[in-house]
Amino acid sequence: MSTGPKDNDFTIKIANVNGTGSASANALLMKVFFRMGIPVVGKNYFPSNIQGLPTWYEIRVSGDGHLGRSGRVDLMIAMNAETYQKDLHELAPGGYLIYDSTWPRHRQLKRDDVHILGIPLARMCNEHFDTARARVLMKNVAYVGAVAALLDLDMEVIREALQRTFASKQHLIDANLTAIDLGYNYAREHFQCPLPFRARPMDATAGHIMIDGNTATALGCLYAGATVGAWYPITPSTSVMDAFKSFAEKYRRDPDSDERNFVILQAEDELAAIGMVLGANWNGARAFTPTSGPGISLMSEFLGYGYFTEIPAVVIDVQRCGPSTGMPTRTQQADIMACAYASHGDTRHILLFPANPEECFYMAVQAFDLAERMQTPVIMLTDLDIGMNDWMCRELDWDDAYQPDRGKVLDAAALEKMASFHRYLDVDADAIPYRTFPGEHPRGAYFTRGSGHNMYGAYTEDAREYQEVVDRLRRKWETAKRYVPEPIVEYSEKYRSGIISLGSCNDAVQEARARLRDAGVGTNYLRVRAFPFTDEVQQFIDAHERIYVVEQNRDAQLRSLLLLETRCDQDRLIPVLHYNGLPIDAAAVTDAINEDLQKGVAA
Amino acid sequence: MSYIAKPKVTHPGLPRNELGLTVRDYEGGMSTLCAGCGHDSVTSAIVQAAFELNLPPHKMAKLSGIGCSSKTPAYFLSQSHGFNSVHGRMPSVATGANAANRGLVYVGVSGDGDSLSIGLGQFAHAIRRNVNMLYIIENNGVYGLTKGQFSASADVGSKAKKGEENLQPPIDPCQMAIALGCGFVARSFSGDKQQLVPLLEAGIRHNGFALIDVISPCVTFNDHEGSTKSYHFTREHYHPAIHADYIPPAAEIRAKYDEGCAMPVTLHDGSQIVLRKVDPDYDPTDRAAAIAHLEQLSAAREIVTGLLYIDESKPEMHELNKTTETALNKLPFERLCPGRDALRSLQQRFR
Repeated sequence: MSTGPKDNDFTIKIANVNGTGSASANALLMKVFFRMGIPVVGKNYFPSNIQGLPTWYEIRVSGDGHLGRSGRVDLMIAMNAETYQKDLHELAPGGYLIYDSTWPRHRQLKRDDVHILGIPLARMCNEHFDTARARVLMKNVAYVGAVAALLDLDMEVIREALQRTFASKQHLIDANLTAIDLGYNYAREHFQCPLPFRARPMDATAGHIMIDGNTATALGCLYAGATVGAWYPITPSTSVMDAFKSFAEKYRRDPDSDERNFVILQAEDELAAIGMVLGANWNGARAFTPTSGPGISLMSEFLGYGYFTEIPAVVIDVQRCGPSTGMPTRTQQADIMACAYASHGDTRHILLFPANPEECFYMAVQAFDLAERMQTPVIMLTDLDIGMNDWMCRELDWDDAYQPDRGKVLDAAALEKMASFHRYLDVDADAIPYRTFPGEHPRGAYFTRGSGHNMYGAYTEDAREYQEVVDRLRRKWETAKRYVPEPIVEYSEKYRSGIISLGSCNDAVQEARARLRDAGVGTNYLRVRAFPFTDEVQQFIDAHERIYVVEQNRDAQLRSLLLLETRCDQDRLIPVLHYNGLPIDAAAVTDAINEDLQKGVAA
Repeated sequence: MSYIAKPKVTHPGLPRNELGLTVRDYEGGMSTLCAGCGHDSVTSAIVQAAFELNLPPHKMAKLSGIGCSSKTPAYFLSQSHGFNSVHGRMPSVATGANAANRGLVYVGVSGDGDSLSIGLGQFAHAIRRNVNMLYIIENNGVYGLTKGQFSASADVGSKAKKGEENLQPPIDPCQMAIALGCGFVARSFSGDKQQLVPLLEAGIRHNGFALIDVISPCVTFNDHEGSTKSYHFTREHYHPAIHADYIPPAAEIRAKYDEGCAMPVTLHDGSQIVLRKVDPDYDPTDRAAAIAHLEQLSAAREIVTGLLYIDESKPEMHELNKTTETALNKLPFERLCPGRDALRSLQQRFR
């Protein structure tokens, strides 16, 4: 548990019914903290449903910049009668709960250790707004007004935010301002404002943006020069293609003819989506597909094909809760093993593990470079927490000198000078062969086949010829270690325990390390950013007696992968697992490590 | 698959096409299919058609799925890129390839198992997208490589080699394609090169998805008494409805056709197909009538062949998408990457 709440260190949770327009009010509230210069993160816990089910939005305000899930709620805005009891229960002792007092609360719903603040939101909005829709929507804006009074938010920032949102629609700005005032004034008149914890302006968000990982991933695909995107809609990856489409419509239309220099294919299923991506990459375009776990299952046959025939492809797996359909709107990191060895036969894939939207952007670009350099599918594993939640990250930057790494491609001029071309020859002794694109030159023609082939590309069932090719693929895997992003390591010789983690665990791990450090327990940290594991991973393992492997799945998949792919003793890797569908919080890490340390003391 | 190199000996007297190439330049590796396989005749018809169309071999991409039919792209046009994909998934690969470069000729070769069972969904959706490609189904009613199971195109009552009778109704790819809105639907027979070659040529030149369902008997597992996909049965029940002659652009139409029976259709690139009606009351531009005709004759166990349906007016995938004329894989990076300043300004909305 964190020590809060205190100024600039608290968590607000808003319980709504989905489909009632709460999303924009909640986003507004989150942005106000950001624009007041205070680090903030917004997390959405929503149902796999369009209208009528419970949904929550959680805003963590952290002056210290801890942006993982806090695991506590200090201010609950309970707008959903159906979940009221649960929401009340979740509130931390000493916390505050706002409810709509238009209707009386059930007598049984009470807690003596929290403060209950009733605001007649519905009644006030019914009195001030004419249409049914406005009355529903403005209730949400009114509680933002109340929070503004309770937490002493900058009203000027709120006004500015509303103006930016509704720009030319003055009547909407007016309506929203009225609703803000309703909540604000009511709170000022009836409660002690501000609360003991409040917002205090800072200057910690300059040079930063609030962005979700799917949007950042789409930007990465755009900047990498992807021209073909194929996909089948699946939560939580859908907004990758939605964002790519809107960016492409803006930046990829010919200024004169208005023609598109991209193709987006909404496939009939994920099998087709990856087939399209392989076809397009084989033909020299940069192509990608965003998907989630069930899509990876369906794509597996083609992923093995891409591996064996050495065709680049970029797959973005925005992981969700499995197994099977699982919980489509909850987060997990449970596709690690499925992706690492997706498909039958001896198959292995390059994986990338971004930790936040900022890395999604840069790694998406890198994924295309890697896929083409290594001539193989590359799977970037994000998750719902990164992909669909609002993260504060450094402003994205771009080097205009960047040129895509297309890898070893022979064009017509090169082929013209050659006596002959063979697709799978290891000419440079790095296990990466040369490829050609259709239509370039008759000499470049070859036959791509998932069946046994020899180093010349011809069909084979010969034992030696077959083995030559699969052995070279294994050597190519070793070459890949030189190109994949290295892990981020924080190491001090003082510490004997290490933490290995990946992806969206990062913020929780960093916060946990800070808390452990405060308690006198120092840890080293390695964040894996790619598979295959580079030498740094082995060195880190070798340098520690105990290593906690923190990840968000039940079966300790990263740990399994480390045991399979490094030299390491089972007992030294302690699993620290969080897999209930909510993003991991620091307590999950500190509790597990403390428990393990206690065991050590007892023994 | 072929792994036997064919000796490259060209007779000096062999005719050359406009590119100076002979038919031999359009051949591929040695076939490893059974002697007498219908598929080898289709292969040779494709070689003939590509030669006659003066196609630069490297400007064609040949794609296939899995099965006997899908092996055949290795046996023609060895100077073309080939893509032998996974079972039933060639349409998606062809769609992606075509998306990347609209400037090549795409020829897909599939079978009845590959297209009508495992790949039925992809087959249908490639038609729906109107991917600009020629799609050949080499249809023999059986799974050859796994030794003779019925496929989804087997007719009710057709007998397997060991006497088992097929009870489930067949899927007719032509009827299905017409119903799905395919703009070029033909059926032919591997044993009728006269009919098949011009159909292949027209199919390649058609703007959009062109389907040719070729009855191509399996000599090993489905050429016996009681089979409805045997050479004998096909010849007995062969019913040419429309004969198509392909006329390249700017060539003079020399053949004489009877008024009322001959029907020229101009293709996208200015070439023409002249359709000669064998059934006088058959109109290959009337979708409903085409389906009705097929239904009627197939009930009578007749195999209707020829160009069954044509509509040159449908926009193909890129026209629908308004894609730039330049192949996407040829666009310079500078035109694809919006650059640093754009990234700066677009991030305003994330503040």
